[in-house]
Amino acid sequence: MPNPIDHDTVVSAVVDILEEAQTRLPQDVINSIKKAASEETFSVAKEQLEAILKNIEIAGNRKVPICQDTGILIFFVELGRKALLDFSLEDAILKGVKIATRNIPLRPNAVDPLSRRNSGDNTGCGIPDIKYELTEGSSIKITVAPKGAGSENMSAIKMLNPTEKDRIRNFVLETVLNAGGKPCPPIIVGVGIGGSFDKAARLAKSALLEKTDDMNKEELSLLEDINSLGIGPMGLGGKTTALAVHIKTAYCHTASLPVAVNIQCWANRHASITLGGDE
Amino acid sequence: MEYRLTIPLKKEDINKLNAGDIVYLTGTVFTARDEAHARILEMAEENKELPFDLEGSVIYHCGPLMRENKGKWEVVAAGPTTSARMSKMTPNLLEIHEVRAFVGKGGMDDVAHALKNKAVYLAFTGGCAALAAISIEKVIAVHWLDLGMPEAVWELGVKDFGPLVVGIDSHNSDLFLEVSKKAKEAYSKLE
Repeated sequence: MPNPIDHDTVVSAVVDILEEAQTRLPQDVINSIKKAASEETFSVAKEQLEAILKNIEIAGNRKVPICQDTGILIFFVELGRKALLDFSLEDAILKGVKIATRNIPLRPNAVDPLSRRNSGDNTGCGIPDIKYELTEGSSIKITVAPKGAGSENMSAIKMLNPTEKDRIRNFVLETVLNAGGKPCPPIIVGVGIGGSFDKAARLAKSALLEKTDDMNKEELSLLEDINSLGIGPMGLGGKTTALAVHIKTAYCHTASLPVAVNIQCWANRHASITLGGDE
Repeated sequence: MEYRLTIPLKKEDINKLNAGDIVYLTGTVFTARDEAHARILEMAEENKELPFDLEGSVIYHCGPLMRENKGKWEVVAAGPTTSARMSKMTPNLLEIHEVRAFVGKGGMDDVAHALKNKAVYLAFTGGCAALAAISIEKVIAVHWLDLGMPEAVWELGVKDFGPLVVGIDSHNSDLFLEVSKKAKEAYSKLE
């Protein structure tokens, strides 16, 4: 029998993962920054990375957000098809967001796109962004990935011609080049290839959740090209422009080749929790 | 070179700085982002007086995360925001107000000329909000809270705020532009 999941459990789980994501970086990201700091020889670059490591330590010890831009909140929900839910999952997530905004606290970032009115609690029409995926089993896995605007603003999408496969690499490099120091390098680069206009962007975004140090040959080669640009930590020059590149693909229309590049700052914040499951 | 400067800043304080130098600031800084910049310019056009004095001031490109505790505001996290969003409004601002330094991250586009002999751009490590909060000793005032917490102008008392890297000095030298030029050259070699 599947364990029932109740409303209050989801609310407190959302608050917990938000606190974890905002105040502690995943260990693989910290390890990559440490490795980069030990490899940088340019003093300015090294100092930037050391400041980042010091900041991570202070935020963890004081239980305060790593960055004041606590982002817009993006949730990935893997919903087991046998999970029993007799309440609105969305309402529970929204309630968790409101509590976390007040208690952690988080900066209220959600505004109406045109009037720029701030809702004050990080919710609003379409926000937080919740992506659902149906999976096997009876548990639900909730992942939150707060996304800051500095890096999100530097992301790009291009509808290439199907014969322009060779331009994918250029488009990624040009996006990073154009971003320079603005997205808080060292960055993590999520690349979505194929699907459709929006699917490519979703692939690129979900690629940011991959383990920093787990890259295939193609991703490592792109990472090497990015780091040869010398943009460096915070755009002040150095070897480390990116910590990782992750590529995700999906089948697309025979006449299309969408490519999306989602840029993530060094604070690649995300945390997950699994609820329910079988008894 | 490393400098410890006290705000309000004088022209001679900033003219001795060169791109790449390290600076620590003590005194009062004003946070200002997109909306605050727009309002400052709007008020100048309408000949209205600002509720704060920008003479010799430091503008911090920052939308802090604040908490109200028993009627008093305190800083939770306050790292720099992307300065480039304020690039277009900065030359106009400098024509009206004698701001001596901007603190932010990521550099600014086409402002070196406007900063010449007037002001410097100082870079703080982006994302280091907990680290920055340690140097902020007090919240002096908040202006324009109607713009929302991130966009309001927060008057913050800082002590030894840094290390800040002089990204653009008042002699037309721009570290970010140099790095960007080299990156473009490196890219053209990859093609």
